Amino acid sequence: MSTDPLDVATVRKDFPILGREVRGHRLVYLDSANTSQKPQAVLDAITTYYERSNANVHRGTYLIAEEATAALEGARAKVARFIGADRARQVVFTKNATEALNLVAKAWGRAHLREGDPVVITELEHHANIVPWHQLRAEVGIELRWIPVGPDGHLDLTDLDRLLDGAKVLSFAAMSNVLGTLTPVERLVAAARRVGALAVIDASQYVPHMATDVAAWGADLVAFTGHKMCGPTGIGVLWGTEEVLDATPPFLSGGEMILNVTKEGFTANELPWKFEAGTPPIAEAVGLGAAVDYLSGLGMEAIREHEVALTGYALRTLADRFGDEVVVHGPSEPAERGGVLSFSVGDIHPHDLTQVFDERGVCVRAGHHCAKPLMKVLGASATARASLYVYNDTDDVDALAEAIAAASDFFAP
Amino acid sequence: MPGLEDLYREIILDHYRSPRNRGELEVPPATRTEGFNPLCGDEVVVYVQMDGDQLDEIRIAGQGCSISQSSASMMSAAVKGRTRAEIEELTRAFKAMMSIHESTLEGGEEVEVEAPTADLGDLAALQGVVKFPVRIKCATLSWNTLAEALGGDRDDRAEAE
Repeated sequence: MSTDPLDVATVRKDFPILGREVRGHRLVYLDSANTSQKPQAVLDAITTYYERSNANVHRGTYLIAEEATAALEGARAKVARFIGADRARQVVFTKNATEALNLVAKAWGRAHLREGDPVVITELEHHANIVPWHQLRAEVGIELRWIPVGPDGHLDLTDLDRLLDGAKVLSFAAMSNVLGTLTPVERLVAAARRVGALAVIDASQYVPHMATDVAAWGADLVAFTGHKMCGPTGIGVLWGTEEVLDATPPFLSGGEMILNVTKEGFTANELPWKFEAGTPPIAEAVGLGAAVDYLSGLGMEAIREHEVALTGYALRTLADRFGDEVVVHGPSEPAERGGVLSFSVGDIHPHDLTQVFDERGVCVRAGHHCAKPLMKVLGASATARASLYVYNDTDDVDALAEAIAAASDFFAP
Repeated sequence: MPGLEDLYREIILDHYRSPRNRGELEVPPATRTEGFNPLCGDEVVVYVQMDGDQLDEIRIAGQGCSISQSSASMMSAAVKGRTRAEIEELTRAFKAMMSIHESTLEGGEEVEVEAPTADLGDLAALQGVVKFPVRIKCATLSWNTLAEALGGDRDDRAEAE
């Protein structure tokens, strides 16, 4: 791939972990949909913050406390610019995307949903966009409706109008964490708008890989997480329009999220701090800010182009080398999917596959990928999933193919 | 460094490819108990038919990796025709074999584990699993499910890893 818009050899040097050996092999990391690796710039930003400016935020009256506050709010501004948000106050820091989606279901949902109110999700959701709604169904009695997934891995929108009839919420993933399917975000948001439903997007798999413009999407709320986009664990984001965030009561409560507390009650703080109870993940926010700078430096268009090309290479390599023995689930056209390849190898259980992979330093996830309803649609209890990112190249895909061949030999009947 | 051969002994692969006592039993008189491994989505279903104190018939359904399937297959062969007390003893011996590594993980040192009194037979082939900590749950899934079927408590230590 001489036309790769990313200089992957140089990119790889930015990630210290890729220099290590595992079990006598170079590390072949193909699990970025699970969590991405971290570039030196992110590690340095976190260390520098702790070494030079560590203090609590929004309350200190001394220099380093001002620096810490500026670092946190600076990171918020960077994230806002990165996703095309109009204002930094629309960006709420959470622990991860799961907490962001829980905030939506439990804070907005409890305040606005009543018994029998339909909430529409899809069959390709991660458990984080399923279980909070199940809980709300038990608590409030909402009705949960599912947009089906077709055999091609795309959402089947044939019955969309009927499913959305009377709906109060449409909450869906912009990209499937199992199939890599890109969902028609604009079309779904427009459909939600027509019926007056809240439009919620789980963009956890999208934001790390493609240029994101939340304003263009026109949704109400967008959730994603930092650790899948070169940032540290422990920080996620809920972006929302001020109208919707203002109409959402606080989720967690305590310090930081209040303007005033008396014996009689409290007044919630302004956006976004109203949703950030307690000391926030300051160093993690700084790390996420550095991650956003790093990704912007590579260029999101270049990242997407690189991944489409590499996904195409992977699909061709597996098909040419293994034929029908290897089945890759999801859309067959690289432009319609992300670099997430869920696959099966004959009758070999994914857990056995990845055991053989591990011997060769190849890191691939096996299991249900926190999407059991989708696995049921696929008719599988588990798949192996290889996922690609900025630091992966054709050598990694070739190593995967070699590992598949080794597993196939080992378990040959 | 433990190799694949330590994990995938020939007898394990044999049970995986030709599982014993595979199928279902009529409920009732048999009981049906499900077990799940949340890590990998494996699912085992244990059908048990008791004759008084004795396990008369056992069938295994569900799906899973070679370790969980072969462990279930070997277990079914080992417990068939045994009494409740004998099965409990066998379960203890199997768990002891599996928990050696958990103890060393916690304590950092080899911990003396009570020597199993029951003869594990083929099941001893699963000894290698302890060198692969994430796979212990695969090996114990069917045993925990059987314990539940027999009315005992599930051993949550193995689940909680």
